[in-house]
Amino acid sequence: MKINQISVFLENKSGRLAAVTRILSENKVNIRALSIADTSDFGILRLIVDQPKLAFDVLKNEGFSVSPTEVIGVEMPDEPGGLSGVLKILESNGFNIEYLYAFIGKGENGALVILRIEKAEEAIQCLEENGIKVLMGEKLYQL
Amino acid sequence: MILRNIYKFVILLFISVYFILSDQNCGKKERSTLYWNQRYETLPREELEQLQLERLKMTIERSFYSVPHYRSVMQEAGMGPEDINCLEDLQKLPFTTKEDLRNNYPYGMFAVPLSEIVRIHSSSGTTGKPTVVGYTRNDINNWAELMARALVSGGAKKNDIIHNAYGYGLFTGGLGIHYGAERLGASVIPISGGNTKRQIMIMCDYGSTVLTCTPSYALYISEMVEEMGLDPKKDLKLRCGVLGAEPWSENMRLEIEKRLDISAVDIYGISEVIGPGVAVECSCKKGLHVMEDHFIVEVIDPDTGEIIPEGEEGELVFTSLTKEGLPILRYRTRDIASVDYEPCPCGRTHIRMSRVSGRTDDMLVIRGVNVFPSQIESVLLEVGYTEPHYLLVVDREDNLDILTVWVELSSKSFASDEVRKLEELGAKIRGEIEAALGLSVKVKLVEPKTIERSEGKAKRVIDNRKL
Ligand SMILES: [Zn+2]
Repeated sequence: MKINQISVFLENKSGRLAAVTRILSENKVNIRALSIADTSDFGILRLIVDQPKLAFDVLKNEGFSVSPTEVIGVEMPDEPGGLSGVLKILESNGFNIEYLYAFIGKGENGALVILRIEKAEEAIQCLEENGIKVLMGEKLYQL
Repeated sequence: MILRNIYKFVILLFISVYFILSDQNCGKKERSTLYWNQRYETLPREELEQLQLERLKMTIERSFYSVPHYRSVMQEAGMGPEDINCLEDLQKLPFTTKEDLRNNYPYGMFAVPLSEIVRIHSSSGTTGKPTVVGYTRNDINNWAELMARALVSGGAKKNDIIHNAYGYGLFTGGLGIHYGAERLGASVIPISGGNTKRQIMIMCDYGSTVLTCTPSYALYISEMVEEMGLDPKKDLKLRCGVLGAEPWSENMRLEIEKRLDISAVDIYGISEVIGPGVAVECSCKKGLHVMEDHFIVEVIDPDTGEIIPEGEEGELVFTSLTKEGLPILRYRTRDIASVDYEPCPCGRTHIRMSRVSGRTDDMLVIRGVNVFPSQIESVLLEVGYTEPHYLLVVDREDNLDILTVWVELSSKSFASDEVRKLEELGAKIRGEIEAALGLSVKVKLVEPKTIERSEGKAKRVIDNRKL
């Protein structure tokens, strides 16, 4: 159920993000979602792509610090309170969210959010028990 | 009435002549204030060299019989104390290096039992172990004498209030100056480094007249004075500065002198030789007089070890002539400078060394602390979170030296993609480096393979300070 995300360490200097997207496009890797967390010194680029394994290999070969990370994709009603309902469930069950960001495309029945969470397996189970739809990786890569 | 006016006029005349003379004391013999120890500072060369030879023989004999390291290197070189019959014979002696001191860590190079040692200082080493220096009571006495000379040479007098902002502790700067200031009879404020605003308040309130610290700290103080809305001419009583422990330029001197409204001289010293007070500028500010009745200076080609002709740059090598605790024979300082034998208008007969223009190794001096790239390398290898590739970038921001250590983040240590974890990693590396150097640093994580690799000697240092 988990989704393979690629995280790339970037220095805070111009052209680094462009370099990553160029390498991916040259290798016909399609970016499905992306977020950047940055500080004054460095940034971490997080990517969901259609071919995670290929993306990981080409970026690593180009000398980037890349790490494969697992996240989960959650579908929620595209309406006010949709996200907060999901967060409330996780919080009240003691799950700690490290970060989250929105998916570019839309799910079948609503908005998609990517979550990085401790104890992902248990979190997925908890969400499903509460009637929240968690997306399969394979499905998400192709959205 | 007329008589009284003439009387006044004569007094005024005397006062102005006095000021004119003391203003141009370069070349004029203003004996009471020019020197601390006129006899030894102006000893005719012939007598000085005779004294040097006598003291050299004694030092070598003592070193041979009391320090196993010196005995064995002399025996290996096929010589003994009896082979020293003129000053040139010193060249028969093998050099001493920091490595030798480290191999005999901590007390192996001492020539007296520890019971005779009254003070221990130490300085940072290239890797791991520092070098340890010990002083007997006589050594401390001589050192105070040299520092008193140095302070007087910089313009200090008995009635001065000396604001000593060199660090106190294992570093020789603070206590070295302190003892010299007391010997001179001045009032010394042992303020040490840090808390600049408080320092300036004390300078204003206590009426400090002489500043002793690193040149970069002096500049920093001057900026802070400005920032606090104070006018050095009105609010401070500073008159002169004896600044050293790091390389600086003539431009920096002019800047400091202008901003603080003082006269500033350069002082040189390294702990292995004794500490501050090995050499100091006089009011002529054309080179630093080496205290030749206590040390012999040689300038060598760092590659061949050959003596270099007068006036050309090379590595400074010092031999102590009076030290009891840690006699030092032909110590290679790694500092690059030249030596000038021309007589100085100030009347001192001791030869002058130029400002230190660089190092033969890649040691950096940051806020008075010696930093060797290899120290940082060994920390990185020990910590193991990053690639062992690194770059040291030194900047001078607001006149304060900032050392930033660039380290490459390996994929291995990028296992977690959380910002917080990376910041923790940076902080951990910073903590380890700071503990090893005793100096605050910044750590910048960079992408792998972005630090330049080179075939031969890696470029480890970018020094952006404009000296
Ligand atoms: Zn002079």
